[in-house]
Amino acid sequence: MDRSDQERSATLRTEPVTINMGPQHPSTHGVFRLRVTFDGEMVLDVEPVFGYLHRGTEKLAEERNYTQVITLTDRLDYVSSMTNNQAYVLSCEKLGGIDAPERGQYLRVIAAELQRIASHLVATGFLLQDLGAFATPLMYCMRERERILDLFEMLCGARITNSYMRVGGVFQDAPDDFWPALRRFLGEMPRFIDEYEALLTSNEIVLSRARGVSVLSPDDAINASISGPVLRATGVAWDLRKAAPYEVYDRMAFDLPVGKAGDVYDRYWVRMQEMRQSVGIVQQCMAQIQPGPVRTRVPLIFRPPVGEAYVPVEAPKGELGFYLVSDGGISPYRCKIRAPSFINLTLLREMLIGYKLADLVVIFGSIDINMGEVDR
Amino acid sequence: MTRLVAGGDLAHRLQDAFPGTVESWDDAWVWVQPGRLVELCRWLRETPDLAFDFLSSISAVDYIEHFELVYHLTSIRHNHRAVVKARVYGRERPTAPSVVSVWRGANLQEREIWDLMGVAFEGHPNMKRIMLWEGFPGHPHRKDHLGG
Repeated sequence: MDRSDQERSATLRTEPVTINMGPQHPSTHGVFRLRVTFDGEMVLDVEPVFGYLHRGTEKLAEERNYTQVITLTDRLDYVSSMTNNQAYVLSCEKLGGIDAPERGQYLRVIAAELQRIASHLVATGFLLQDLGAFATPLMYCMRERERILDLFEMLCGARITNSYMRVGGVFQDAPDDFWPALRRFLGEMPRFIDEYEALLTSNEIVLSRARGVSVLSPDDAINASISGPVLRATGVAWDLRKAAPYEVYDRMAFDLPVGKAGDVYDRYWVRMQEMRQSVGIVQQCMAQIQPGPVRTRVPLIFRPPVGEAYVPVEAPKGELGFYLVSDGGISPYRCKIRAPSFINLTLLREMLIGYKLADLVVIFGSIDINMGEVDR
Repeated sequence: MTRLVAGGDLAHRLQDAFPGTVESWDDAWVWVQPGRLVELCRWLRETPDLAFDFLSSISAVDYIEHFELVYHLTSIRHNHRAVVKARVYGRERPTAPSVVSVWRGANLQEREIWDLMGVAFEGHPNMKRIMLWEGFPGHPHRKDHLGG
């Protein structure tokens, strides 16, 4: 820089610019708005604006009976409806002192683990889309997710809003042709994961864009109630399937992949490894499942005794739980939803400040949120 | 398996550390007075054998004559859980102390409770509505909210 350049830059006035990102923006994964203040390309401040998809689910639940609320849970995190069903019915069963029959529990675990694979596929596909790998990885991920949705269609007739689970079990037993289709899918899935990893895990562009970006320390993550793959990427081996095994998870052998750095790359990597573990869990379920009833007889108009229950489960995005309060009536007195997507955004501001605009979409994508669950 | 810290055990220890704060207890939870909630929560987080480092969730329930705040606490270090409850009275603008200085995870949850249930948190860094817009009439998760 010669003298005249220095003089010119000293007189050039700069000021921070505040712009809106969203609510209609392809990388906000729904309707989310970020009010971002930039200094050039650098993020100075972020103010997340919530509520564009707020439907008052918790209040709606107070007006419906316990069975009808299941359909509302589908619409929370709509890429993992099965897990939402599971978390809700487990809280109801705790409230009513009901145990689902073993075959029902196995079917629920199979559905929940398939859903975890589907949710992680969506997370990975869109993360890569945000990274600039336009369409190819996303289409690969969607291709396999489609197979899982086909399996769900065989189970309950619905692909997205499943409502497959009921208080006391599942809606119906799996049809005979479900098992060969599931076996074929499980046989092929590890090869597909190898394919993604060959494309991505040591990809130069992925590494340079994701390594060391948005590093989160384990203590910060725990203190901010962050759970799920984002927490495990920081190196904390905390998974409710291991820590508080519900249903038949205590009979499953699986590893807990944890990251080292807590950056965007580790979040991606943890999800990749979790998909492999989920394939293993479904295979163990298939080997262990025995014929039998899938549903305890619970009246459709279910009246649990006065009390309350909170049974958290490990959803694909973190700890999901329904805090149900019963006054002995046919609908919950209070149904509070502990939504992992929402609470994982607690540190969003700290995670984004100091990075560039192009990193913003990547960091945001790596947290893997779903607006249906954030706004409820 | 996650162990539930029995309400009675926790209540006795809280009584020793903070005389007069414990109202009553049950098998699974402890009712405390909201006055010294922040100190109490910091003690729960920092006492080595309790170490409630992870705030699972804060819920508010409207019982008409009072609001109940329910804190589901988890210790990742020891793999145990506990439930602490506090009652706040009044319907105009009931207030409770904010625990954001203890667990940052309370930040968005307390804003949500203020927005939808109308319990304000004193000492919160940004006590604004979150789901609804400023100027929305009332707090829709209250039992007496009629909408319209």
